[in-house]
Amino acid sequence: MTTAAYPPTSKKIANAVMLSITGICAFLVVAVLLFILGYLVVNGAKSLNWAFFTKLPAPVGEIGGGLANAIVGSGKMLLIAAALGVPVGLLGGVHLAEFSGSAFASIVRYTTDLLNGVPSIVMGIFVYTLVVVPMHHFSTLAGGIALGIMMIPIALRSTEEFLRGVPQALREGAMSLGASKTQTILTVIIPAALPGIITGIMLNLARVAGETAPLLFTAFSNQYWSPGFDQPSASLPVVIFNYAISPYEDWHRQAWAGGFVLLTAVLLINIVARLILSRRTSLPR
Amino acid sequence: MSFAERLRKGDEAAYLVTLISALTIVLITVLLAQHLWSNSVLARQKFGFHFLTSSTWDPLSGNFGALPFVYGTLLTSFISLLIAVPVGIGAAIFLSELAPRGISNALTFLVELLAAVPSVIFGLIGIFVLVPMLNVVIPPIAAHLSFLPIFGGSFFGVSYLTAGLVLSIMIVPFIVSISREVLMAVPTAQREAMMALGATKWDVTWRSVVPYARRGIIGSIFLALARALGETMAVTMVIGNVPEIHASLLSPGYTIAAVIANEFAEASEDLYLHALIEMALVLFVVTMIVNASARLLMLTAGIREIRE
Amino acid sequence: MSTAFKLGDFTKVREERFGDEQRAKEPATFPQFTVKDLNFFYGDFQALHNLDLEVPAEKVTALIGPSGCGKSTFLRILNRMSETVPHTRVTGEVSLGDQDLFSFHPTVLRRRVGMVFQRPNPFPKSIFDNVAYGVRVNGMLPASQMKERVEQSLRRAALWEEVKDKLHVSALSLSGGQQQRLCIARSLAVEPEVLLLDEPCSALDPLATAKIEDLVFELKGLCTIVIVTHNMLQAARVADYVGFFLSGKLIEFEGARKMFMNPGKKQTEDYLTGRFG
Repeated sequence: MTTAAYPPTSKKIANAVMLSITGICAFLVVAVLLFILGYLVVNGAKSLNWAFFTKLPAPVGEIGGGLANAIVGSGKMLLIAAALGVPVGLLGGVHLAEFSGSAFASIVRYTTDLLNGVPSIVMGIFVYTLVVVPMHHFSTLAGGIALGIMMIPIALRSTEEFLRGVPQALREGAMSLGASKTQTILTVIIPAALPGIITGIMLNLARVAGETAPLLFTAFSNQYWSPGFDQPSASLPVVIFNYAISPYEDWHRQAWAGGFVLLTAVLLINIVARLILSRRTSLPR
Repeated sequence: MSFAERLRKGDEAAYLVTLISALTIVLITVLLAQHLWSNSVLARQKFGFHFLTSSTWDPLSGNFGALPFVYGTLLTSFISLLIAVPVGIGAAIFLSELAPRGISNALTFLVELLAAVPSVIFGLIGIFVLVPMLNVVIPPIAAHLSFLPIFGGSFFGVSYLTAGLVLSIMIVPFIVSISREVLMAVPTAQREAMMALGATKWDVTWRSVVPYARRGIIGSIFLALARALGETMAVTMVIGNVPEIHASLLSPGYTIAAVIANEFAEASEDLYLHALIEMALVLFVVTMIVNASARLLMLTAGIREIRE
Repeated sequence: MSTAFKLGDFTKVREERFGDEQRAKEPATFPQFTVKDLNFFYGDFQALHNLDLEVPAEKVTALIGPSGCGKSTFLRILNRMSETVPHTRVTGEVSLGDQDLFSFHPTVLRRRVGMVFQRPNPFPKSIFDNVAYGVRVNGMLPASQMKERVEQSLRRAALWEEVKDKLHVSALSLSGGQQQRLCIARSLAVEPEVLLLDEPCSALDPLATAKIEDLVFELKGLCTIVIVTHNMLQAARVADYVGFFLSGKLIEFEGARKMFMNPGKKQTEDYLTGRFG
């Protein structure tokens, strides 16, 4: 019966206390999210109206107007970002997973992780000197390139991970049927990894859609429509920032509405993508 | 061209195309460093290392010292770690070791969503919710603590402390999700050995699992630190944007990222631009070093890419 | 399963197949593979030592031996799948017919020398697309003749009747045994000269195993078959020739009758009678 006395009461109390404390930590973190969500829904939804999606910003001092140009601007920049970031990331990921030797792969992988850690404001300056200075003005294109460069590291790493998740048996199966390496990759490995790769790209787009700092001096901003791709353009995050720090009541309202729309879009994409991913925990053998 | 030759050509082409893409990453990183270096040359030549130790920031007279910004960046990051590290590690321990699987998965999902919230949203909440809230909460507390230099002076809502708080909320999801993964990767044998001796769950966690995962957890803190150092929008919106150095956490200040965000588009003089870019360079180098050490720690701790 | 029981079964199978000396006599043919002084290394570890043998064409050759003896390694050299593993090295000569095996582009070689693996590995595609895969990537047939080829291959793999109504259903919905026969059909569709089977039944139940064994017997006239198995009974049921591997060396290579009725080496006899190890 002496063994039954172990653990002693003091240990049991410590156990219970620490369970509670760590539990509180976890719930605290989650509570913050719920608080942000709740606050945005309440403040954002009531500030939201149809004009928000269809109208241009009203001139300073006037009430009303919308952020239609910012929404379209963000969309155009994301398009450019995807056109740049996805192919480079995808092909680079294919290289790391299927072609390269381990030494080269780890160098690229390490560089990728470091590039991913570069502050977004620094990325903004880089694209400013790379694109804006030669073009002599801010543009949708520059903003899209900044977001695109930010997409590459994650696109590459997630592609690599999902390709590595494809069982070796499928590669062997294809090769033993006389498929070349390229054919194997294109017809078996990428299709098998595709759902994962696509959700990875969705998450990636959602992430850069909320980026503000890299756009401040690449796309800059614009009160009006920005036709084509070579003029300064408004984007949702930048407008939210500008409006939030402005002194006008009605702009604050628009900022809330914008924040609500942005956060809803970002979180919806995240939820959908993560649900798809968790449902496909195992790839076909 | 024979069939075999076509195949060989196809594989070679695919190899080259993908290799170029992989090399693009390296190229971008090198270009990035080169651009920051060559576009900050004026400031580096004029001020030298004095740039980092001077606290004068006067665009009109062309005098640029980065110290207030470096100070603000380090101080806000430090405050954020002070809050986020204990909370984050506590939450990670709870999620990986103590909580029932279902609850753990649900909470982890939410924590990951928190990580996806754009920084401008945190700024929005900071400016319109946190600042007014702190304006009510802080002054009475500060009144009792004003004998401490770090709580001296008057409080206007925007401050180092506010920025640190917002930052802590932003980096805590990284600490939680990475530490949780690190903890969950600890081999079961580590737990079973002590469990078999009748130790409590907390005993096992604290004396066996956490020490085993130590390096990975420290790595996660480093990664979070790198985020905090470079975070721009949310900090810009709540720190007050004053290029001064104050001992009090309640004073407004400035950070490197914030000053770049606010002043870069307006900087008309080349020297001004170069001074801002030199700060970006400093930020780049520091986050690189922090990130690189985090990844090294993770690698030596056996996290990631050990599969074969 | 006790050794005695296994032994009894084995004796029965052996009597049935090889008891009648006249019936068991197999006419010799030309060599499909000629192997001379073959060595294989994983890094510094030598997995195969000085192999010399001729694998006869249009016969079933079984490679037997305890696990880790190198029989699978040898098999994977025959279509150069061994090259997909890094840090491996091969020395010596292997020829397919009268051509040097290593002079082929591996992809071209693998079209002629197909392979079926331990675990069924259908692609996550439809049954039809699985069978058509090899034909398509090799650009062997116009699309109009594809249906015919798929049906023919599925029939040869004795799977047609079971799947003819659901050719466009995912191959992953099939049972393990069906998946393995699908993999065989998939290999047959490219009409290989040789089919390598790497313990094709190790992941299957006895019923599915029996079906595959019947199939192997049927396919004999169609192509050369080399099958790796750790199951002596299986070897006795399907093989015309048998190679016995031990610790990376080929101990004995003989006609099945000679091997099973009257093995030449002490080690072979020990292994066959279960006295090994």
